[in-house]
Amino acid sequence: MDKKERLVAAIENGTVIDHIPAGKTYQVANLLGLQYLTTPVTIGNNFASKKIGKKGIIKVSDKFFTDEEISRLSVVAPKIVLNIIKDYEVIEKKTVETPDELRGIVKCNNPKCITNNEPMETVFNVVDKERGILKCHYCDKEQEIDKVNLC
Amino acid sequence: MEKHNFVTIADLSKDKILYLIKMAQEFEKHPNREILKGKVVATLFFEPSTRTRLSFETAANRLGARVIGFSDAKASSVTKGETLKDTILMVSNYADVIAMRHYIEGASQYASEIAPIPIINAGDGAHMHPSQCLLDMYSIYKTQGTLNDLNIYLVGDLKYGRTVHSLIMAMRHFNPTFHFIAPKELAMPAEYKLYCKEHNIKFQEHTAFNEKVIADADILYMTRVQKERFSDLMEYERVKNVYILKNDMLQSAKPNMKILHPLPRVNEIAYDVDNNPHAYYIQQAQNGLYAREAIFCYVLGITLDDVLNDKTIL
Repeated sequence: MDKKERLVAAIENGTVIDHIPAGKTYQVANLLGLQYLTTPVTIGNNFASKKIGKKGIIKVSDKFFTDEEISRLSVVAPKIVLNIIKDYEVIEKKTVETPDELRGIVKCNNPKCITNNEPMETVFNVVDKERGILKCHYCDKEQEIDKVNLC
Repeated sequence: MEKHNFVTIADLSKDKILYLIKMAQEFEKHPNREILKGKVVATLFFEPSTRTRLSFETAANRLGARVIGFSDAKASSVTKGETLKDTILMVSNYADVIAMRHYIEGASQYASEIAPIPIINAGDGAHMHPSQCLLDMYSIYKTQGTLNDLNIYLVGDLKYGRTVHSLIMAMRHFNPTFHFIAPKELAMPAEYKLYCKEHNIKFQEHTAFNEKVIADADILYMTRVQKERFSDLMEYERVKNVYILKNDMLQSAKPNMKILHPLPRVNEIAYDVDNNPHAYYIQQAQNGLYAREAIFCYVLGITLDDVLNDKTIL
């Protein structure tokens, strides 16, 4: 077993997030609110990856994410794999599913949208999962999922 | 009594649109009633509009309701920094229904989600204007006898013109053929052409505007090139006189063809057209009264049956 594999499996219980595109690692950390956790968090970035060239890995001890939290990642890194670790074993692998609705995650790029002029949550409907097209529930303007700004 | 909001016409079914048109027909027969007696209507106009506001206020008054509101954001607490949410919730304490126009897109949708009373969208930014759309559909229905299989020519500002966008979406149930006539800078946006393709709505695009091009129209819908929607005023100056309808262009028009315009017009319809029997834009504005009476009743849960059996006709 090479060193890298041992690194990935090294936490006793928790979640390992793998195959993060290297430029998105810190956005993923933000989206999951990792800065507010009190349990150990390891963030690694710019590791070599056969799949995507350069990747980031985040290991979070004693923390398991809900499907809703994971679906937020669909906006920045849809091809991430989450490894659920219990007793040092990978008991489950989860991939990110793009949800039908994104609340409070994406900013509307229309300056004349009510969401940019009122204290309120944004709401986006995913109108095309394959091409990653989002539509603002309020002003109906469309955006591409990989060109969005986060709230 | 099932209350509704009237925020966008895009999600109204074919049956619902025809239902509202039938209601408007009843109001055209008897526009003066007391069916809304005891109700208070709030007209909240954060953006100027004389025509729409007066039309909604007249509709409310002619049905026996009382009207409160403001016609300019400067006259409200918006100047003190009050949020839309607070304004809506505050007015909801006083009125039974709100008709609102706002310069921000999605404002009415948001209001409908937070208000305990029905919300009518009287226009939100460059987004939707559903009551205009309903009166346009009513006008088309009245003059053509049907909404089905018509050739509808949309002329002028198709990029920023919310009335044409709403009309395309509402007409999707009725198998129209659209002709988009506009300069390149004001062409129908890609998202609406995509909408047409997705809903199997036939359309053609033209940049030329002359007697021959419009000869096959059942409806010729003229729009104002709106200076206030332009961020570049020099672009506005270049295109403002391009698509002008003159009387001599109407010689080959079909007998049933009617000219519609959401008004106000600047110069896109020459005044020599006014006496031509094809001109319908003034009657179209009158239809706004009946359409808005129907909208008030619909959102307050008054049914077509209630209207047909209405004992309060004056």
